Amino acid sequence: MVSAVFHTPLSAASIDADNAIKREASHAHSTRASAIKASEATSSVGSEPVEGPTGTSTSSVRTERAPGYDWRGLILAVLPPVLGLAMLVAIWALVSVGTKGSIPNPWETLQQAIQIFSDPFYRKGPNDQGVGWNVLMSLERVALGFGLAAAVGIPMGFLIGRFEFLSRMFNPLISLLRPVSPLAWLPIGLLVFKGANPAAIWTIFICSIWPMVINTAVGVQRVPQDYMNVARVLNLSEWKILTKILFPSVLPYMLTGVRLAVGTAWLVIVAAEMLTGGVGIGFWVWDEWNNLNVKNIIIAIFVIGIVGLLLEYALIKIATAFTFEEVKS
Amino acid sequence: MNANQTTKFIDIVGVEQTFKTKKGPFCALRDIHLTVAKGEFVALIGHSGCGKSTLLNLIAGLTTPTQGHLLCDNREIAGPGPDRAVVFQNHSLLPWLTCFENVYLGVERVFGAANKSTGAPSENKVQLVERTNAALALVGLTPAAQKRPGEISGGMKQRVGIARALAMEPKVLLMDEPFGALDALTRAKLQDELLEIVARTHSTVVMVTHDVDEAVLLSDKIVMMTNGPSATIGEVLSVKLERPRNRVRLAEDRHYVQYRKAVIDFLYTRQSHVEKAA
Repeated sequence: MVSAVFHTPLSAASIDADNAIKREASHAHSTRASAIKASEATSSVGSEPVEGPTGTSTSSVRTERAPGYDWRGLILAVLPPVLGLAMLVAIWALVSVGTKGSIPNPWETLQQAIQIFSDPFYRKGPNDQGVGWNVLMSLERVALGFGLAAAVGIPMGFLIGRFEFLSRMFNPLISLLRPVSPLAWLPIGLLVFKGANPAAIWTIFICSIWPMVINTAVGVQRVPQDYMNVARVLNLSEWKILTKILFPSVLPYMLTGVRLAVGTAWLVIVAAEMLTGGVGIGFWVWDEWNNLNVKNIIIAIFVIGIVGLLLEYALIKIATAFTFEEVKS
Repeated sequence: MNANQTTKFIDIVGVEQTFKTKKGPFCALRDIHLTVAKGEFVALIGHSGCGKSTLLNLIAGLTTPTQGHLLCDNREIAGPGPDRAVVFQNHSLLPWLTCFENVYLGVERVFGAANKSTGAPSENKVQLVERTNAALALVGLTPAAQKRPGEISGGMKQRVGIARALAMEPKVLLMDEPFGALDALTRAKLQDELLEIVARTHSTVVMVTHDVDEAVLLSDKIVMMTNGPSATIGEVLSVKLERPRNRVRLAEDRHYVQYRKAVIDFLYTRQSHVEKAA
């Protein structure tokens, strides 16, 4: 009965109609005359609740039917993801059994995770800090490297998109450098900056700059000619063109670039930190591997996944807020 | 103002337009001679691909002719400018600005700075806002001023486009099939509004259209163009119907029917081979 509360008046009315039909069917064992009388009663009373002997049967039918109607939507929304997760946990448990416990089982890992997350921000020396610190340090590196890349890459993308000459000049360089694995840049960073932390930031910088340059440039090249004609007819200044036409129209492309860049940066930071050490989620994974603490490695994998998911989700939210209807002819 | 300036407000002399394509040069327009008087309403009509829009773009200054020259108010048209405002076919409103801001963008540009040629001083923000609101009121869009283009109907968008153009107080209003994308009823309504606005503002208008009724109803002069490639002006028809014009009364008007027949005859009898080479 409770779930009937969720119905809008409209759907409740349709259920009433359904019930009327059902009720007719349920009364089929009684005499034909009474069945007709019941249906007449419903039609004459309309949507008002039917009083009398049939009233009780109506409410009982509704309690059976209303939750069934609700379940469908709920099942479609909740069941598949839950099933997917359950499948993952089941395979994980099977692997755990198959490897005779060298991969810890889900239950053990969950208990370890609860223990770890009960105190995420502790410091016991440089190599033993809470998971919260590790994640924050990694995010800081990503933010720095990514921020620098955005500061360089987005203006560069604007220039490449706006000027054919620069586009032809930089395209071969971008094509050459883009496919290089970010980690190949790490030794160069270590050599130039003579430190693990700047080298990691450098690696993030170099891998996250390309999606932003390319997407911004494409966005600028795809600014509808109509908008540029408007700018020319209104004789707008370069500054107005940039702020009122180019920037808003490139923004969705740019944000796609930013999203790809952040995704790549978050992928790369783990690998970079494994090599450079220090405090960070990637280093933590490697450290726990050296300690043969597999439970923590699995927890780290989940943490990396969830943080990446949140970053992606936040950026998608920002992107949709800044996307406007395009010109349609 | 002398007589020459009045009768030859826009003067197009021997204009030819050739585009470079991969298959070699493509001649879109040749041998165009046309004059538009001040306050005159001219319609360019022809089959698609006949270079109507190319000619309009030339007057707007968005493209430069390969041969010949164009004058507006005795000055060579060297590039686009706010004295020749354009109403685009697909309205071309900036979707991230409200209707008010879209109109304000042009107003601010034209009146926000001191005008060197007319000597008009720069106006302050209150005056600019006033102008913008007046333009929106002219097309009956005051209630929708703070809405974005995505939130209003196609007819309303086109009205904002017209308001944006009119707010700049252009010498010439150029319209590129302004009502082409609208349904027939909305189109008729906007045509009536346009007639009223033009009568009030005494604007000089050049309008590209492919709608015979629209051309006869609105214009003083219908320029009929031959089919492309290398299209040119086939015939110029002066429409001497009294203003203000009323579409219902004109429907049975003898002269109206004759003008209409003349245009249809040109388009469908003499220039009927549509898209032969396109």
